Amino acid sequence: MYMFITSKQKSGKLMEIPKSFLGYKRENGRAGTRNHVIILPVDDISNACAEAVANNIKGTIALPHSYGRLQFGADLELHFRTMIGTGSNPNVAAVIVIGIEPKWTKRIVDGIAKTGKPVEGFHIERTGDIGTVMKASKKAQEFVMWASEKQREECPISDLWISVKCGESDTTSGLASNPTVGNLMDKLEPLGVHLCFGETSELTGAEKVCANRGATKEASDKFMKTWSAYNDFILKEATDDLSESQPTAGNIAGGLTTIEEKAFGNFQKIGDCKFIDVLEPAEEPKKGNGLYFMDTSSAAAECVTLQAAAGFNIHLFPTGQGNIVGNPIEPVVKLTANPLTVKSMGEHIDCDVSKILSREMNLSEAGDKLIETTIRVANGRLTCAEALGHKEFVMTKLYRSA
Amino acid sequence: MATDIIIHDKKDNVGVVVIEKITPKQDCKCWIMEDDSSTDIQSMDEIPLGHKIAMTDLKEGDTILKYGHDIGKVVKSIKKGEHVHVHNVKTKKW
Repeated sequence: MYMFITSKQKSGKLMEIPKSFLGYKRENGRAGTRNHVIILPVDDISNACAEAVANNIKGTIALPHSYGRLQFGADLELHFRTMIGTGSNPNVAAVIVIGIEPKWTKRIVDGIAKTGKPVEGFHIERTGDIGTVMKASKKAQEFVMWASEKQREECPISDLWISVKCGESDTTSGLASNPTVGNLMDKLEPLGVHLCFGETSELTGAEKVCANRGATKEASDKFMKTWSAYNDFILKEATDDLSESQPTAGNIAGGLTTIEEKAFGNFQKIGDCKFIDVLEPAEEPKKGNGLYFMDTSSAAAECVTLQAAAGFNIHLFPTGQGNIVGNPIEPVVKLTANPLTVKSMGEHIDCDVSKILSREMNLSEAGDKLIETTIRVANGRLTCAEALGHKEFVMTKLYRSA
Repeated sequence: MATDIIIHDKKDNVGVVVIEKITPKQDCKCWIMEDDSSTDIQSMDEIPLGHKIAMTDLKEGDTILKYGHDIGKVVKSIKKGEHVHVHNVKTKKW
């Protein structure tokens, strides 16, 4: 639907896109935009221990969460996939895993160890919190001092794995900030980057148009199957009017009226790209560079946590009314086209594209500005969310535990 | 070029206010993104930034088109220039 504008603007004067960025090369060949040493609790009751270690050893970060006990089936598999994926993300240099008992702790340690990075597990049973904190702190100190000597090196731009998700959307998202992300995708996809979009439920109304963007019939069919399953789940669980939840109160305040309107706006984020595969939540892409769709919820922190666990190393987040989400390991770059959001909460906005609405900036110029911001953040510039301490790590839980 | 309202596609029957607000009886300049053309409309209501204005008269049961696609149905008739939102448009999905 932006075909005419993008093609016209593409033929205009283009910024030269940087061919490299400064990243941390990892043992498995991936590159990180950050160099975190994380303390990963396997389960809710190990949070206290993990946080104590992170408090003892400066430069480490604990990732507390609410789950990890008595889960089973697909829900448990997703838990392990998210834990192992988070530890394996190239933005993480080394990992301390702490769980209540040895078996699940070891499963996560073994999963992360496949990347070749330093990882060590500790369990609390038969030792207690205090002894575990001491042992884990000693190892964490060793890891963080080792990691602190890692230097950024020149990495090809194809080492960027970029995930996208929008939040607190309004009509300016569909008009300008989401198409800006789409413009970036159109320009970076040919350079061999990995790209990922999600938000299964928020494509409702645009699902058929989205399915047609599958690069193959297999990808299109897989998308429709995934969307239908999510939609059936929503309709089954709905006890009240869903229009109370979708669009959200923030969306409605921003002028979005229906889920269909929100979906078509959301869909602008992928530009003219076609997706090559559909991923399970937190599943690592296996089909090489290109655009992937991931089956995720549309809640910001849940979605970004799943994309980070799949290995994406930088995130682009267009917002309308001003979502403020961050992630502990994957830097979240925020952009908005809403001038009121820029004016009232500018400390959250990394890239202001509001001049699109006043026609002082075209989509291609906005895309170039976002590419520039993305590369600067990949090189190490803190995002607003990082500077403000946003570290929302939210596990997706599929159903009740046993 | 100053624009008060942006319309995605030529066939859309709504536009989006892109200035802080428009006031009743305001003569607004509209930009149609799809073909880079312009049109005008006089507003009937006060409409804030990001909210939609009806570009034609719409009756109950009509389909709202934005991005050239169906984004919901009219549940209360709307006159050209009026505010289009949750009070007169509903989803066809949920």
